[in-house]
Amino acid sequence: MKKTGSQILLECLLREGVDTVFGYPGGTVINIYHDLADYPIRHILTRHEQAAVHAADGYARTTGRVGVAIATSGPGATNTVTGIATAYMDSIPLVVITGQVPTPLIGNDAFQEVDIVGITRSITKHNYLVQDIKDLARIIKQAFYIARTGRPGPVLIDFPKDIQIQSTWFEYPDKVEMRGYKPTYSGNLRQVEKAANLIMAARKPVIYVGGGASGADASEELLAFAEMTRIPVTTTLLGMAVFPQRHTQSLGMLGMHGTYYANMAVTHSDLLIAVGARFDDRVTGKIASFAPHAKIIHIDIDPTSIKKNVRVDLPIVGDLKDVLKKLADALDRRSDELPALIHAMGPWREEIAAWKRGYPMVYQSSDSVIKPQYVIEQLSELCSEDAIITTEVGQHQMWTAQFFAFSRPRTFLTSGGLGTMGYGLPAALGAQVAFPERQVIDISGDGSFQMNSQELATLVQYGLPVKIVILNNQYLGMVRQWQELFFDRRYSQTPLELPIDFVKLAEAYGATGFSVSRPDQVREVICKAFETPGPVIMEFKVDREENVMPMVPAGAAINEMVLAS
Amino acid sequence: MKHTISVLVENEFGVLTRVAGLFSGRGFNIESLSVAPTLDPSVSRMTIVTCGDDGILEQITKQLNKLIDTIKVTDFTGQDYVEREMALVKVTAEEDTRAEVLRIVDIFRAKVVDVTPRSYTLEITGAPTKLNAVIDLLRPMGIKELVRSGPVVMGRGL
Repeated sequence: MKKTGSQILLECLLREGVDTVFGYPGGTVINIYHDLADYPIRHILTRHEQAAVHAADGYARTTGRVGVAIATSGPGATNTVTGIATAYMDSIPLVVITGQVPTPLIGNDAFQEVDIVGITRSITKHNYLVQDIKDLARIIKQAFYIARTGRPGPVLIDFPKDIQIQSTWFEYPDKVEMRGYKPTYSGNLRQVEKAANLIMAARKPVIYVGGGASGADASEELLAFAEMTRIPVTTTLLGMAVFPQRHTQSLGMLGMHGTYYANMAVTHSDLLIAVGARFDDRVTGKIASFAPHAKIIHIDIDPTSIKKNVRVDLPIVGDLKDVLKKLADALDRRSDELPALIHAMGPWREEIAAWKRGYPMVYQSSDSVIKPQYVIEQLSELCSEDAIITTEVGQHQMWTAQFFAFSRPRTFLTSGGLGTMGYGLPAALGAQVAFPERQVIDISGDGSFQMNSQELATLVQYGLPVKIVILNNQYLGMVRQWQELFFDRRYSQTPLELPIDFVKLAEAYGATGFSVSRPDQVREVICKAFETPGPVIMEFKVDREENVMPMVPAGAAINEMVLAS
Repeated sequence: MKHTISVLVENEFGVLTRVAGLFSGRGFNIESLSVAPTLDPSVSRMTIVTCGDDGILEQITKQLNKLIDTIKVTDFTGQDYVEREMALVKVTAEEDTRAEVLRIVDIFRAKVVDVTPRSYTLEITGAPTKLNAVIDLLRPMGIKELVRSGPVVMGRGL
């Protein structure tokens, strides 16, 4: 049967198993929205296109499926840019569809025209401008395939309005054939053998896990590998939920605001096994002093990540599930020698235990003022085990990483690579759409929250009971912290002096708001919020000048940590 | 160190921008670039001359391979290959230098492709080093305009 371009798009979405899209209508997508009503696809109308993309991102991070967002041309398309870049930096699979002015007008500076393919070229895994309706089905098929395979990432399809209206015979291709795109999944067995030998020879090994392990759903394989060797595990911000943080082998997060013991362990290690991590500058600090005594094994699906920032002794390209399984098998074949290895690592485990005892993650508690870390600890204790946590970006994000005991994969959604303020609320929205029955909590600061607070409307409209924690210090706290420590306490433009009544704001949208300022109210208000149906804002007026500690100053080596301010 | 990289890409709109954008976005250097379709009209070949240490070249090669439209990347450095570039040179040819220009043309097996009373336009083909040599010899006579194609390369043997 002949179908129009917009019908073909929706047909293709159905065949890709898409049941939910996030978006915002406009002139050049009006045909798609007209036809949408005929298809069993749920559309979530956000209040900003950036939020639509973050919501699709949150949906993708929690479900592991490809998130889909739709926006109109021009400003609609440019509003998606931050969302796309956020997903790109964290390797999140998205398909973003933008309307475009009719093909004869392209290049004419038409109303609401931008070259969004040009604009997003460096922040998408790939992007397309549909020029012929005959290519449409193939392009959509390829877009989903590219987004979810290999190292995942966002793909943008720019879809001109005239092609949405044209008709052609619809046939969905069965398979994708791209001679230029064939990701390597299967880890090379010879490399795996070499890795096993390096492990058997190591005395001070550390496993360093990144967001790739989440994308590959490799937490079971990781746990098995870690437990059979008893090698300690440190994670990046994006890897936190992949490995249970309360596990005895867990060292917590490494890097700029990581734990002292994780950073010391990496610095003193003789073998670093990087699993789906990319040696970001916030992790490595001064490169020359990073893991100076260690041989480095780097396992990653993306060859460009390997040897990009650090020297690597043994690269293994492949899917982490596959490689970790093979590595466990290779070690299994050496099971006679494993007890001796574990025994030989005894002094290393003790050295780490001493660092843990000497320099645990602590903060100065208080009876008079709410410490932000205390709120995170209480949340961690009181929320259900499968709760999904999102954050914005800044101090509250680091405190969450430091004090929340993540235990299940795909439960921690945060903008790690790009560091996008305003990510957490729409991401929580997307996660709650995916899992209506689970607890979804956005941990936020008063600065970040105001970057996408309009999404309260979306939460209320769709009955999405996201619980929002605002750690209000009336500062852009992370920048203020840097100003305090490195810029003579000149708090230039970081105080958010206008006090916002977040309770009234919640009520204005039809949500519920609570505000507390005493430590003894914290647990009570969290419990009350969890019991309250619908979206709730919990505002905690916290110690205004609390700092995130420990900290590696920018450019310093990670073992040169400042422990307290 | 200088490297000559040959990249087979899908002959599609925007591919050149993707490749050029990759170089500029990651701070890699392009010394020259030439593009044209291959025997298979759906595939284009780009020949890129770039420079950098081994680490940078490894990243360039990997990043090029990562582009969805890239089919194959070959770094010819250290391999046996034929390299040719073409230059068009408009050189001043007054009465006292016309004969000298033609001698140089003869020695380097160049061709005169346009003549005016005051200039010759020469076509010179060869390895980039040969082109440099000819251009150096012509420079004292007054080069009015120079167009170089950037080199193209092909592996030797089968």
